[in-house]
Amino acid sequence: MANGPLQIKAISGHAGTVPGKNTSSDYDICKLIDVTTCIGCKACEVACLEWNGYPFRETVFDNTYQTMPDTEWNYYNLIRFNEFTDENGNFSWLMRKDQCMHCADPGCLRACPADGAIVQYTNGIVDFQQEHCIGCQYCVTGCPFNIPKFNKETKKVHKCTLCSDRVGAGLEPACIKACPTGCLHFGTKDDMKDLAEKRATQLREHTSHKDAGVYDPPGVSGTHVIYVLHDINNPERYGGLPKDPRVPWMVRIWKGPLKWVGDFAIVAGIIGVAAHYFRFGPKEAEPEPAQKGSDK
Amino acid sequence: MNASAISHTPHAGELERYTFTERVMHWTSGLTYLYCLSTGLAFYSPHLYWLAYLLGGAPTSRFWHPIVGMGFILGTLWMHSLWQRDMEITEVDKRWMNQMQSYITNDEEHTPLSDRFNAGQKIFYWLMFYGALFLLLSGVFLWFPEYIPRQFAWVRGVMILMHEVAALATIGGFIIHVYMGVFMVPYSTAAITTGYVTRGWAWTHHRLWYLRVTGQRNDNV
Repeated sequence: MANGPLQIKAISGHAGTVPGKNTSSDYDICKLIDVTTCIGCKACEVACLEWNGYPFRETVFDNTYQTMPDTEWNYYNLIRFNEFTDENGNFSWLMRKDQCMHCADPGCLRACPADGAIVQYTNGIVDFQQEHCIGCQYCVTGCPFNIPKFNKETKKVHKCTLCSDRVGAGLEPACIKACPTGCLHFGTKDDMKDLAEKRATQLREHTSHKDAGVYDPPGVSGTHVIYVLHDINNPERYGGLPKDPRVPWMVRIWKGPLKWVGDFAIVAGIIGVAAHYFRFGPKEAEPEPAQKGSDK
Repeated sequence: MNASAISHTPHAGELERYTFTERVMHWTSGLTYLYCLSTGLAFYSPHLYWLAYLLGGAPTSRFWHPIVGMGFILGTLWMHSLWQRDMEITEVDKRWMNQMQSYITNDEEHTPLSDRFNAGQKIFYWLMFYGALFLLLSGVFLWFPEYIPRQFAWVRGVMILMHEVAALATIGGFIIHVYMGVFMVPYSTAAITTGYVTRGWAWTHHRLWYLRVTGQRNDNV
């Protein structure tokens, strides 16, 4: 195909088939974030802004080195700082690059009612197409990571694209390009998973981080952004990374059984009244009795 | 209908069933509901998304759906102020509900008589009234979800579910309402549009009301 790696395999709010439905990408792409080697320099934040053409904005000082409280519609990528003291009184800075996780089972795409506003490419990237966005923000409801951000002026929702424009042209994402420590890696999902497991094993065997592990949550069928964490049992410490993220059950009921029941009920209702008309016909008015009403 | 060219009095000999105010109120509620139904169905199913294109595009529909929805709420409250008393469920209505089978099968002999509104209309009324309240409550959250703090994110999902269940309930009632008004009981649509019905229509469909407005029955039976 013309846009090779960016063939579409899922489309939000779409009636009918999807071009990439029966095709398979040779590989899924993946971003690996090794939080144990992040120094919090924020080069990735700058690179993201530069590549996407968004202005720098005022930072908000909150007694840590975090740039601002949260990601924004034009700030896809934020290093979250947490000052953590363990049970032995050891102090450490936990720094995590927070951005869209590019879930294999994206809750945003499931929740979105707008045809084509959210697409998933066969390589795993989940991308918002703002020209089709209607501003309902159901994606925000569907996302277990609090990623989509609403622009109140344009009524469109934005998030990290995993630099789909760069990846489609055979380049690595801007944040990867900018990282000075090698904490960020980019490659196939298999390779990154492999590299991550090796790093986690290294941490467990050669450092005091006996609980080091890889974060690739199965609740959303895995993600195309994975982390190596010092402590895989407590992902919440890293700026609220959810332990077992799932598409909210409300969204799954709403887009699943409730849809089937609703569709069936509406169609059955229309067929039902039509059948009733054919069977029993209209209630014709009778003439009023001539004499003064005989009370019944 | 009976008012032919020879009569200069429109609706001569007919009974006034709905006042001008009631008709404006009904169609305010009805048309705003129809708009919200169409745009809502577009967001409900990808297969009905074309409805949004028909109504000016999906972002336009998303913008106007809640605003027109407020019109529907106002129409409903207006209706409540005008019809609340007429819609009270009476002993006669309870008998009607127990005998609903005979109404459905056009077995008029065994159908208990109705006052201004029959029990089916009253059930529809209360369904729409409470449906509207639930749609309003949940709809406000869907209108401005960006103001819901992150720790209450689950509220969004609950409200979406509530909105959809309430909408489906009203759709069920609405299908029957339109069917009854347009097909099942001829001249109902004319009644709610022109305000007048023939005496025979009133005698047939709303006997107790007919007897009351023609002075053949006291108000307190």
